[in-house]
This record gives sequence, structure tokens and C-alpha cells, in this order.
Amino acid sequence: MDKVDSRTLLKKGAEASLFLANWHGRKVIIKARFPKKYRPAELDEKIRGYRTAHEPQLMHEAKKAGVPTPTIFLVDLKDAMITMEFVEGKQVKQVLPHASQKERQDLCVKIGELIGKLHKHGVIHGDLTTSNMILDGEGKIFLVDFGLGEKNKELEARGVDLHLMKRALQSTHYEMAAECFKHVQKGYTAVLGAEDAEKVFGKIHEIERRGRYVDERKQA
Amino acid sequence: MKKSACCLGVESTADDFGVGIATFQGEILANASSGYIPEEGGIHPREAARHHAEVADKVLSEALSKAEVKPRDLALIAFSQGPGLGPCLRTGATVARALASYLDVPLVGVNHSVAHIEIGKLETDAVDPVTLYVSGGNTLVSAFDSGRYRVFGETLDIALGNCLDVFARAAGLKHKRGMPLGAALEQLAANGEKLVPLPYVVKGMDISLSGLLTAATTLLHRGEHKLEDLCYSLQEHAFSMVTEVTERALAHTEKKEVLLTGGVAANRRLQSMLNSIAEEHDAKFNVVPLQFATDNGAMIAWTGVLAYTHGLVTPVEKSFVKLRWRLEKVDVPWIK
Repeated sequence: MDKVDSRTLLKKGAEASLFLANWHGRKVIIKARFPKKYRPAELDEKIRGYRTAHEPQLMHEAKKAGVPTPTIFLVDLKDAMITMEFVEGKQVKQVLPHASQKERQDLCVKIGELIGKLHKHGVIHGDLTTSNMILDGEGKIFLVDFGLGEKNKELEARGVDLHLMKRALQSTHYEMAAECFKHVQKGYTAVLGAEDAEKVFGKIHEIERRGRYVDERKQA
Repeated sequence: MKKSACCLGVESTADDFGVGIATFQGEILANASSGYIPEEGGIHPREAARHHAEVADKVLSEALSKAEVKPRDLALIAFSQGPGLGPCLRTGATVARALASYLDVPLVGVNHSVAHIEIGKLETDAVDPVTLYVSGGNTLVSAFDSGRYRVFGETLDIALGNCLDVFARAAGLKHKRGMPLGAALEQLAANGEKLVPLPYVVKGMDISLSGLLTAATTLLHRGEHKLEDLCYSLQEHAFSMVTEVTERALAHTEKKEVLLTGGVAANRRLQSMLNSIAEEHDAKFNVVPLQFATDNGAMIAWTGVLAYTHGLVTPVEKSFVKLRWRLEKVDVPWIK
């Protein structure tokens, strides 16, 4: 990777490492999917290659749907690296616990709208967590980390996507999860329309019941 | 020498009936069990419960004599209250209620999933780990936060042990005493050489294994691949998926320990994969010892001690079993 003057590790994630770098005088993020020693090399290359190729495409689709995502500058399939715009801001994960109730609700409605726009356009994010949402100085929310996403308009895929959002809220923001998700649903409904949104919410319920040890699950 | 106070724990959520005895200081004095082995197919809940009722007195006596404890010396009775199979749970609960009433000691209902984590912590150095709990009935990634074990990821359909067992049975492998199906599969997989492409489904921190099982079984019936290669490929795909989500939880929580627990924890290949991600994140890898990996009474006894010494008891009239008692619904006041 030429023209990178310096590079500092921002976050060592599970799926990829994020570096902050200076690229042609620009502040960029380099997302590198390093080989995982635990899985067989053939499987590892397949997974990393697929996700690296797919992620920028989905981010592009998201933009078309009106959802802010970082601009992609370079995709290096050989080394499974993506160079993209660095978005100045804070993770929603960090903002949410300190926000007032009103701010929190507005934020969640906005998140719901973004997910609605994605789904309406046939994009599934695949890993909706509050760590994958960046709030910039102007109150705009950027969605990042589309590595597990896909192009899909099916109800099932939409349901799982929103279900993951709900689960992420429950595990990370448990004391406010119910209220937050209610407002996510509100924003989602505003974009998708009540009829389609309700179908997706019904699907979430079905997915939850499919899970293990769920109270409402029907006795066989 | 005067023995310290003891708790007797009864485990009966699925195919194993176990009785363990633990001191209030966390010493395991006995861990007796008897497993129900179906003639064919998976666990039939009614048949498993019948087995538990038949062996209960034998397993109880075995545990008491191993621990050199008289029933009158027991200070507490704990039992696995859920989640699990109804008929099996009820059999264990009946035994526990009878003992507690007869001996006139407190009864405490324990969550089976919590017990798997607690025995792992007791028997290893782990204090505050990210836990991967994998068994025939459960596949989840959990870590403690604010009073409860939170579930970060889990299977969206079948459990890992279930996936491996069903495939093993389809391949004609037989469950023998001392040699669970998973172990037979692991042996075959060790001789596999070719990685056959199979579905790899990670959704956020959750995974889905049912498509993988269907694909592997279809290939098995088609007979184009060596069984060893299929076992190897199934394990590699399934284990990579659970390892990936465990690594995600580790990166997310930034905890410094990984704990592998539950019946599938016995698998060496899975152990090595988890060890690899622990190293990657400067975390310490811990795996529960084999005798406490599968369902056992000792883990129930020990978790009973933790609960009771933190003010929890279960009156007999509230000791009904909870078939779908999720891990994250349980308060664990003994963790600060």
C-alpha cells in the first residue's frame, strides 16, 4: 500500500482491524481483514475475499438508498483491505447512554429511518449494532461495517436484520433497550409504511419464537 | 475432622441424570451420573425421564458414599430448574423436593446454563470471561454485565452438539458408553484431508447451523465424498462460525478471558480454535475439565451454594420447572 505515510491501529475488531492513516494527504480508515489462523486457509480466504468485495458494493447501494456511509477510495482484494473516508464523530454506542430521553428517542427514530431506507432499497446490513453507527458533528448518522450484509428483499432477511438490532440493544443498552427499539420501529415504519413494517415486525416475533428457550414458543 | 456444610445438586435437564455434592467453600466431593443411551435416534424425553427415575436412588447413593457424607449432613438441596426437557426436569425436581422436605433443608432451583458457566469458573482460573457454551441443547456466547449473564450471540436454530450428533447418526455412527457421538465424529474428522465447501452462516453475533447440517447430510447421502472429509468439513465450518462470534463478543466486551464450557467443549479442535482467538486478543483461554463439561450434578450443587449464600431459596410451592428459562433472565447476585 503506497502513499500511506503513517498508520495507527484504531480498533482491533474480531472481523477486521481498523487503521487510521494518511493517504495522499487525506485522513482515511484502512479496514484490513487479516487471515484468521483458527480456520482452514481455503475457508478463510473465501470468507475474507467475499466480504472485502461485497462490503464496498453494499456501501455504494446504501448511498443510493440515501443512507450515509463512508466514501470508498480503494479496494485491495488481494490483501483484503479497504481504504475509506474517515468520518469524524462518535459511535452511537457511546452517545446513547449519556443522551437525554428526547435525544435518545430522536436518535433511535433516525436509526429506524436509515434501516428502513436500506431495506426498502433491498440492502440488508447484517450486523446492526450501535457500534456500527457513527454520529457526526452535524447530527448525521453514518452506517459502517457492511461486511456481513447482502442484497436481499425477503421478509426473513429484513426480520433477522432488525432482530439483530433489537438483540444488540438488549445486550449493550439493556436498561433502555425496550424504549430504544420502540423508536427504531417508529422510524422504520415511517419509511416503509405501516403495512410492510408490520409484516417485518411479525417476522421478528416469529424469529424470536424459533430461538431456544423462548417463553412464547409453541409447545410441540 | 468436621466436614463443612454441603450442598447436593440434582441435574436432569436432558439425557444425563447426575448428582453432585459440593462444600460451601467450593470443593467438589462427588459427581456421580448415569446417562440414558437411546437404542436409536435422539433423546426421547419420556424414555429419558423413565431412565432417570430408575437410576435416581443408585446415583444418589453413589454420590453420598463417594463424598462420605450422610444425608443428615446436607445443608442444602439444589436442582436444575431449567431450561430443558419437561419430563426429565420434573423427575429431577421431584427427587430434589422429596430430599429437601424429608431432610428439612432449604431447596434452591438453579438455571442450567448459569451452572455450566459457574462450574467452568470454579474449575479454571476464569473470573470474568466471555463464555462459549456449546452442548446438545445450547449454543451461546455470553458475558457478565450489570447483574446478569448477557447473551451476545446464539444459534438462530439448532445447537452445535445437536448438529454434530444428527450428522453422526445419519453417518451410522453409534453412541457407545464412554464414547459420545461427538467424540466418534471428532476421531473421523481428524483423518479428513479435503475441505468440502459448505454453508457458513454468521448473522451479526448469531449463527445458523440448520442449513449446514442439511447440506452436509445431503452430501453424505450422495456418497461422493469420504466420510472423514465430510466430518472434517462439517467441524471446520461449524467451529469456525462459533469461534468467529466468540471473537466478536471478545472484541466487543474487551474482556481478558475466554471460557469454553458444555459438552462440545471436550472437542480438541474447537479448543484449539478458541485458544487461537484468545491469544489474538491477549486473553487467557480456559476450558472446563472433561468431567464437568457434559451435564453434571456438581455444577448444580456449586451454583446452588452460590445462590443460597446470596439469599436465594426456592420454596417447594414455587419449584415448578421452567422449560424455557433463558440465561439472561437470571439474576446472579454473587457476581459484583
